[in-house]
Amino acid sequence: MNLLINKSWSPYWVGAGIGMLSWFAFVSADHPIGVTTAFEHTAALALKTAAPVVEQSNEYFARKSAEGQPPKIDWEWMLVVGVFLGAFASSHLSGDRDKVVVPKLWEHRFGPSAPLRLVVAFFAGALMMFGARLAQGCTSGHGISGTMQLAASSWLFITVAFVVATITTFLLFGKGDSHHV
Amino acid sequence: MFDAPEKLALGLITGIIFGFLLQKGHVAKYEVIVGQFLFTDWTVVKTMGTAVVVGAVGVYALVFADLASLHIRPLLFGGVIFGAVCFGAGMAILGYCPGTSVAGCGEGRRDAMVGVLGMFTGAILFVLLFPKLQPVINGLGDGGKVTLPELTSTAPWLWVSALVIGGLVAFAITNLRSNRLRKTSVPPRPSESAFVSPTATQRE
Repeated sequence: MNLLINKSWSPYWVGAGIGMLSWFAFVSADHPIGVTTAFEHTAALALKTAAPVVEQSNEYFARKSAEGQPPKIDWEWMLVVGVFLGAFASSHLSGDRDKVVVPKLWEHRFGPSAPLRLVVAFFAGALMMFGARLAQGCTSGHGISGTMQLAASSWLFITVAFVVATITTFLLFGKGDSHHV
Repeated sequence: MFDAPEKLALGLITGIIFGFLLQKGHVAKYEVIVGQFLFTDWTVVKTMGTAVVVGAVGVYALVFADLASLHIRPLLFGGVIFGAVCFGAGMAILGYCPGTSVAGCGEGRRDAMVGVLGMFTGAILFVLLFPKLQPVINGLGDGGKVTLPELTSTAPWLWVSALVIGGLVAFAITNLRSNRLRKTSVPPRPSESAFVSPTATQRE
């Protein structure tokens, strides 16, 4: 029980846990761990419900059905729900909860404005997800599940994404701010 | 519309463990992710690196034993490269990746919650623009659903062994260095601790 109320575990143990969880996912569900396909499926189902005509007008739906991957509430969709619940439980057990709106490092660089942080977070989230769906994977689907399978696409993705993220971060914060982290 | 109930339950259980691990590993925190890209906090690389090494050994052993099959995403150069550029920029600005955004919501983080709303909007845009995006995704050619061993006509175990050895060497170097630092015990400069959260201090 003590372990469960600890605020942090070693990154090596957490990493090993995620690696072994991947074995479990492959054997039990024949599915690599991933997150963003569920967002795409939710978006497609929402669009279909809001405007049924889109199912005929947008080739997305016919293409995905032909590929045997029509949008649905599936294993990965429940995995995303689980990630929320697991983090919720973990943070409540340890008391490591943070209702932060403007992170300290952000505030140091861009000021305490909540609207600024939230508007930027919204658009950055949209850009990130758009990119993940273009590439068909994110930090989980490509960065962890794909690279462990030695997928060429995943090693290319995570290399480019990491380089671009580093450049973006240094453009945002500059070298001078790095010691504030 | 729905997977079988037992498969949904399996997904939920896997997700709960995944979210629990992400939260305990502190990777659902803005400062930890941005700190990685500033090279001041190596939690993300340590966590991902270990996951990939441990995962690769098991998954290739399972495939060898015919207990699992690989699920490789296609090497569509346009989609992967343009996608990675948008993804990397978005993640650096948001300060969470998709999985850790969701875990960050579970931790109570308000900016991650708004980030998830943005992510949903990005997914809607992707589906709406899907027909028009095809030239971008397929424009630079398709390498197929290929692995690095297949691409180089080498044995997978060579690559898995290289990952394991590389991981152990990186682990040894990092820990030798931090042990030496601990022995010399240089007190941190005041500026360094200025923005360290209480939880990060405890982690040390």
